[in-house]
Amino acid sequence: MFFGFLGMTYEFKWSVLWTQPYLTWLIDGLLTTLRLASISWCIAIFLGIIFGAMRTVPFRPVRTIATFYVEFFRNVPLLVWLFFWYFGAPEAFPEVIRQWFIRHGIEFWSAVAAISVYHGARFAEVIRAGIQAIPRTQLEAGLSSGLSVVATYRLIIIPIALRLIVPPATNESLNLLKNTSLAMTIGVAELTFAARQVETYSAKAVEALTSAALIYLVFCLSISSVMNWIEAKFAIPGLIARGARAEH
Amino acid sequence: MNFDWGAIVANAKFLLVQGLLGFGIYGGGTLRLAIPAILLGFVIGIILGLARMASRPWVHYPAVVYIEFIRGVPLVIVIFYFWFLVPVLIGRPVPEYWVALTAFVVFEGAYIGEIIRAGIQSVPKGQVDAATASGLNYTQTMIHVILPQAVRNMIPSLVTQFIVLFKDTSLASIIGMMDLTKAAQTVSEREIKPFEMYLFIAVVYWCFTYSMSRFAQWLENRMSPDRPRY
Repeated sequence: MFFGFLGMTYEFKWSVLWTQPYLTWLIDGLLTTLRLASISWCIAIFLGIIFGAMRTVPFRPVRTIATFYVEFFRNVPLLVWLFFWYFGAPEAFPEVIRQWFIRHGIEFWSAVAAISVYHGARFAEVIRAGIQAIPRTQLEAGLSSGLSVVATYRLIIIPIALRLIVPPATNESLNLLKNTSLAMTIGVAELTFAARQVETYSAKAVEALTSAALIYLVFCLSISSVMNWIEAKFAIPGLIARGARAEH
Repeated sequence: MNFDWGAIVANAKFLLVQGLLGFGIYGGGTLRLAIPAILLGFVIGIILGLARMASRPWVHYPAVVYIEFIRGVPLVIVIFYFWFLVPVLIGRPVPEYWVALTAFVVFEGAYIGEIIRAGIQSVPKGQVDAATASGLNYTQTMIHVILPQAVRNMIPSLVTQFIVLFKDTSLASIIGMMDLTKAAQTVSEREIKPFEMYLFIAVVYWCFTYSMSRFAQWLENRMSPDRPRY
């Protein structure tokens, strides 16, 4: 099949995608993307819950620390953070530790650090909005029944907030998945990197990019439909589950 | 490790004038990319948002497919698509700036389209009925009744989207456009000062996005429907 315009032609050859070694590259790339996304997601959620909750506690120094973390990390592009963690941050360590980093897959772990810290700040905003959507009287009721602040959060505020934040948190998780593609810039062999590699070796840019785009699309669409189902199943009865939107 | 302030001072002019503003032999520039991209993206977004709400299936479904496809793939992939496709379509090499601008307009259009749709759907349905009852047709209803109210509702989201776009322009450096990130990369490769360079541009990006997000917050408080207007 040919495709041409103003004298330049492009010949499609979709079979590149299932010839070796290209197929192996793409599958390995997908596996790396999934590993990178799942490890970063766990850390980001953990950071998000800690700092999101900290932004709502009635004690100013704690709030200030959390606000500083969130505003500092989410207002700088992820790409800059990737370069910073990969090229810049290791410089701050002594030579011995740096060599150890280099021997233990520094690209991958720099990417994990950058993505989880950046998305942790964004998850914190989602979680803060979810917590603040809960009426303050819930907290007061918990405290007046004799629960400590920590127990009130653990038993009352967080279980409700978790359900309110399902839609914006899903959105944010999909952003995280899509943002793992930036790790290619520091040489992590994830899906976009693999697609670029297939393109370089086979000169079939459209096929390679389309295969990667479709894989991302399938993952995004299936995750969002599963999450819609979960949202409906765990919705708080009598309440339209609508957490406030994450800011950016 | 000693923090080298001298390297920052010596290269600040190149980073800010060439990288951020785009004045210099390399073209490009973060702001010179971000501002036209948001304006053109807004035009595409209005068209897509209205098309998605249309009742005719041949208008509605293409818009749905476009929006869902773009929102399901990473921006890097969209940039690479245009990086390879535009030269083939035009038949000659295209400067990175124009490739990046096209990719950003196409990508942001989908997101702005969703903001526009949400904004229009936030206008009470009674307004449409009232406009129809006063004898306005679809176009007149949109221009005189719905859009003025919808735009007010979506201004905070649009400012937020502009912040996202501003941060995303750093991705144009991947195809070699000389923006703030690419400028820092160039300098840090020459001077071998990655820590200082990336921290410096992180602060520059931060100043812009943080002030824009304060502005968005101020707008949101000011434009909130709960607040009485006199």
